[in-house]
Amino acid sequence: MAIKQSKGERAFTIFNYLFLGAFALICLFPFVHVIAQSLSSQRAIVSGEVLFLPIETTFLAYKEVLMDQHFLKAFSISVLRTVVGTFVNVFFTCLMAYPLSKTYIKGRGLILFMVVFTMLFSGGMIPTYLVVRETGLLNSFWAYIIPTMISAFNLIIVKNFFQSIPAELEESAKMDGASNIGILFKIVIPLSMPVIATIGLFHAVFHWNSFFDAVLYINDRSLYPLQVYLRELIQFDQSEINLRDNFEQQLLANESLKAAALISSTLPILIVYPFLQKYFVKGVMLGSVKG
Amino acid sequence: MQNGTTIEANKPKLDIKTDIKPKKKSALLKYWDLYLLMIPGILFFLIYKYVPMWGIVIAFQDYSVFAGVAGSEWVGFKHFARMFQADEFYSIFSNTLLISLYKLFWGFPAPIIVALMLNEIRHMLYKRSVQTIIYMPHFLSWVIVGGIMINLLNPSTGIVNTFIQFLGFEPIYFIADDSWFRTVLVASDLWKSVGWGTILYLAALAGIDPQLYEAAKVDGANKWQQTWHITLPSLLPTIVILFILQMGNILEVGFEQVFILLNPLVYNVGDVFETYVYRVGVTQGQFSYTTAVGLFKSVIALIMVVLANKIAKKLGQNGLW
Repeated sequence: MAIKQSKGERAFTIFNYLFLGAFALICLFPFVHVIAQSLSSQRAIVSGEVLFLPIETTFLAYKEVLMDQHFLKAFSISVLRTVVGTFVNVFFTCLMAYPLSKTYIKGRGLILFMVVFTMLFSGGMIPTYLVVRETGLLNSFWAYIIPTMISAFNLIIVKNFFQSIPAELEESAKMDGASNIGILFKIVIPLSMPVIATIGLFHAVFHWNSFFDAVLYINDRSLYPLQVYLRELIQFDQSEINLRDNFEQQLLANESLKAAALISSTLPILIVYPFLQKYFVKGVMLGSVKG
Repeated sequence: MQNGTTIEANKPKLDIKTDIKPKKKSALLKYWDLYLLMIPGILFFLIYKYVPMWGIVIAFQDYSVFAGVAGSEWVGFKHFARMFQADEFYSIFSNTLLISLYKLFWGFPAPIIVALMLNEIRHMLYKRSVQTIIYMPHFLSWVIVGGIMINLLNPSTGIVNTFIQFLGFEPIYFIADDSWFRTVLVASDLWKSVGWGTILYLAALAGIDPQLYEAAKVDGANKWQQTWHITLPSLLPTIVILFILQMGNILEVGFEQVFILLNPLVYNVGDVFETYVYRVGVTQGQFSYTTAVGLFKSVIALIMVVLANKIAKKLGQNGLW
């Protein structure tokens, strides 16, 4: 069809392209700037010369960050948490979602209601903290894993997906003598890979990024994840602000170091992100609009 | 057409019923293995979601860690009375509400508008590139985003202040300035979440029947009229559901974000319920008092969801339930 645009429409189209392009640049710009800083010399940063390109390129900051024992330790805790946590999330979500996808299971309505209710009301920070404490998870690696074992929202999404799998497939497997558990692992889960990959990605990002439960439940420095390490590096507390003038020189000396640490901790996500994008977009659409 | 589809849809359904439906008495026995699968999940929800709800009773006690819930003394509404008498309660309440309303005002319509604009882009490569870039900030932690913000807004080396000085003005210490702190919160939240927020709306837009637009074109509707009479009404159910969910979060301003950017210089404009509960509850051990504060917040949130849902139904929309 030949498209005839009025003047107004053409003006809108041009504006539209420019606006969205500008918005994308605003989203991208802070990264580029921080990357440029991480590769620049102190002098260039302090004198405000660094914009989008590194000035007086040096890899010193990266060398220093990657040689830092604390950084490496925190990095490995974060990797461990992400791997174990994501596996636990996906595994137990599937286990619970499968029976709930069967309309003939008794008590299903009640259990579903209980799950959904937790999305509307919660005990709050302190009672949850006390339960974690009572269950002996304070200062334990499992405080990262167990209290976030299942997300109600993702459980519902997976349950809905399981429900959409044709019952005939399972029936024929049953004819061949497969057990319910066998059907779950050999038929239902392989057929549900799109949705499982999506919630897996979301849980992985959650674990990699989460910061607050470490602050809340963990005092043992050897268990601190990357986000807490970063927080301590970039944090400015009262003393820093009050003594700003005296400390200014020291603080400035850190600028490229901070930038390098920020980029090193973001890199894993930025690297896998483009490959996963098509999956999560599809996955979000699968579950959420219909609820 | 309609009759045909209903008959077709009914047929397999009947088969399933006769094939799988169990004899009444033995559901639990017959499907014992399925029930077994649910046990870890049910235990998780009971212990880490429902026991804390029950733990709210400590708001009515002088909770002592050593005596536990059973042994602590009941004190009625003492902690609530203290809360309503404390000056800081009102500043925390208004901070939370204001920050939340600002975020709602800027952050709720923004993804709808961006999604509508993206939807008009015909050049697929351009559209996909923009999408890829604007989703990205969602995947960063608040620690990272906070770090980037602190870096950009730094009064002596930050690029924003370098620019302000270039224009001949005094540098602004955004993050430690009462009049700027909330703006920083709202802006960084927008930066992080607008792109991601468009996904649901784009999904809804993709679901609109193109025949509607063709019919409208035949009737001579221009782009604006098509947007107003077809696109927006089609998006309305999605908008309503997301709005109801937002109302439930009206006192939930995003703990990590505020916690990471907050500093003592801006407590009077930036301290919110959750940062206060953390600081006074966990670090100072005042469990009962802060549980009362948290309960107040949760109850308001629940009331807001129920109200928003009612209103949505009154207006003829499908609510959450």
